[in-house]
Amino acid sequence: MSTTQEIEIRDTAAKVAAADELTDVKGEKMVLNMGPSHPATHGVLRLRLEMDGEIITKAEPDVGYLHRGDEKIAENMTYNQFLPYTDRLDYLAPLANNVHYVLAVEKLLGITDDLPERCQYIRTICCELARVSAHLLGLGAFAMDTGAFTVFLHTFTEREKIYYLIEALTGARFTTSYTRVGGLSRDLPEGWLDELSKFLDEVEINFDETETLLTRNPIFLERTQDVGIITREEAIDFGLSGPNLRGSGVEHDVRKAQPYMIYDRFDFDVPVGTTGDCYDRYAIRILEMRESVKILRQCIADIPGGPINVDDGKIVLPPKEKVMTNMEELIHQFMLVTQGQDAPVGEIYFGAENPKGELGFYIHSLGGGTPHRLKIRAPSFVNLSILSQLLPGHMIADVVAILGSLDFVMGECDR
Amino acid sequence: MTDWFTSLTPNEQFAIFSLLKIMIAVFTVVLPMVAYSVVAERRISALIQDRIGPNRVGPFGLLQPAADGLKFILKEDFTPAYARKVYFWLAPAVAMVPALLTLAVIPFGSQLGSQKAVIADLNVGILFTFGIVSLSVYGIVLAGYASNSKYPFLGGIRSSAQMISYEIAMGLSVVPVFMLVGDLNLSAVIDYQKSGAWLILKQPIAFVIFLVAAFAETNRLPFDMPEAESELVGGYHTEYSSMKFALFFLGEYAAMIAVSAMMVVLFLGGWTLPFAGLNETATSLGMGLLQVGIFIGKLLLFMGLFIWVRWMLPRFRYDQLMDIGWKRFVPLAIANIVVTAIYLYLTHGK
Repeated sequence: MSTTQEIEIRDTAAKVAAADELTDVKGEKMVLNMGPSHPATHGVLRLRLEMDGEIITKAEPDVGYLHRGDEKIAENMTYNQFLPYTDRLDYLAPLANNVHYVLAVEKLLGITDDLPERCQYIRTICCELARVSAHLLGLGAFAMDTGAFTVFLHTFTEREKIYYLIEALTGARFTTSYTRVGGLSRDLPEGWLDELSKFLDEVEINFDETETLLTRNPIFLERTQDVGIITREEAIDFGLSGPNLRGSGVEHDVRKAQPYMIYDRFDFDVPVGTTGDCYDRYAIRILEMRESVKILRQCIADIPGGPINVDDGKIVLPPKEKVMTNMEELIHQFMLVTQGQDAPVGEIYFGAENPKGELGFYIHSLGGGTPHRLKIRAPSFVNLSILSQLLPGHMIADVVAILGSLDFVMGECDR
Repeated sequence: MTDWFTSLTPNEQFAIFSLLKIMIAVFTVVLPMVAYSVVAERRISALIQDRIGPNRVGPFGLLQPAADGLKFILKEDFTPAYARKVYFWLAPAVAMVPALLTLAVIPFGSQLGSQKAVIADLNVGILFTFGIVSLSVYGIVLAGYASNSKYPFLGGIRSSAQMISYEIAMGLSVVPVFMLVGDLNLSAVIDYQKSGAWLILKQPIAFVIFLVAAFAETNRLPFDMPEAESELVGGYHTEYSSMKFALFFLGEYAAMIAVSAMMVVLFLGGWTLPFAGLNETATSLGMGLLQVGIFIGKLLLFMGLFIWVRWMLPRFRYDQLMDIGWKRFVPLAIANIVVTAIYLYLTHGK
């Protein structure tokens, strides 16, 4: 049997002093739950903010509200069947996801060098068009978070034109699923390149307009300069990539550092920031879009004719009319549809420069048509990891500016 | 009818005329203006943003306010269980009423028939205005407090700080105006400007401070801190719905109209135009109405400015806003008072 014994402090003065220490006059902190349903969290990011007045003292990002188990799903289907799921990673740049996913699979299959020229060019166009589209939205949403609503709608108008182009190209506006392992689902429609170059002229005017509204706007400068500074070291330590890394002054762009596809042929610059604040990240996105336009123009000028798929019946579906008449093609068709491409045993990692940063696919194959394990390195997920380090000390209005400048997509982060 | 009217005492006649003026001014002029400024805001913002805007209801979307009103009435009027009910219900009214009250002392014309075109010709018009305008902050603070929710709470805190700070800048900025005029009556301010010597020319600094403070007082971008929909999800009115929300919404526009009217009176010569005899007290009804038209025209200029600015600029941060208010505008306004005082002493003093 046990008894509880009360220990009392006999000295009343000491007791009062102790009580005073407990109920400190510092007041209490407020815990604010920002998200998962909040206009500035771009989807379903949840931030648990501990605040002293308007100043953040602690921030915990909570991700996973959009988790769909994409990586697990990939283990149960052939490589081509997984393609539509990549549309839904960074859903602002589905074309780039498509391209980078199939590049990873092709690396596994060892057919990277067999890809026809025309296919490479079209894929480059896809990637850069996706970059322009994603950055336009990223900038617009960033501006909207700081209160400039008009910029958002101006950039959205341009994105609408991109969607028309994408629709003409792939048949869908949003869920493109354009590429196939070893090639593309279809060739460019007739006259599409002219439409594209017309769009490029228009979008450059839009960049200028956006810059007029923001780049030297004193209020925008006050809101973004010296806010959310990520130092060079921090950026590297947290494994940031894409514009967020380059904003901090690290000149690393996968397109230049480890050129894939045909990026080594194009003349383009990699803009780099100096201070790593929100404004630098904004400026980098604008400059990057201009560079993308430059690449797109070079693509339009240089694009050759010819086939768009590798000439291998074990990789790409044979043409329908041959399937109907030739035995070999019929077998290829049957094998590809039922079992997929027969991948060798092994593991590969392929990282590429997506609009948000380095999108990587790690594929572990035990042979056969399905991956044993497919891991996606989502740039948004990695970029968000810096939040709990970055946010404390800022005000609540800075939180939305920082979130906007980091430009993340939860579809990719939670995958 | 006339017999009955003439048999009343002058005080009773005054009361009836005042009531009539209030009813006409509020229900046929101000409330439609409030409703249509919402439409104007939507159409102008659409113009700025390469959109079309509401054009489905009625010709050119002109019946949109009716549709909106109907929608607001039909929406579920939801009161959160944890809200402090009395204040929660009181707040929207407190937000709407001061803006309308302010309009009472605004001289919107010279003479309509035998009546002065002002609802209440107070000798301390400007003091009344500032007293009433200060009340409007209570609507927002009460809403933030009564919602008992974190985002409205932050909005309420912000607004109390912001509006009180900018009221000081606003109040100080108009002091030189009244030093020049030598009277607190708003009609006297207009008389002073009749010759075309509008006070915007004589007191440009006061005008700029007043204009910026007006943006802050009405919670318009770039000073819409209490609302800040991308940070505070709507701030003080996050928890409101239906007509209660509509009252906040309309209150904002009513406040814009009130403060625009103030600026027209104080700086743009009110209902006068310095030619064609439009700066003299009207003798005929047509002339009187024309002057009311001039007043509304000038007022619409400011409304246009309010709307235009909102869609062009980002939002300040809370502490930057306070910095501008206290560290720049208040000293500037005080300096302006001193300079005006010295000028008056040198020219009129002995």
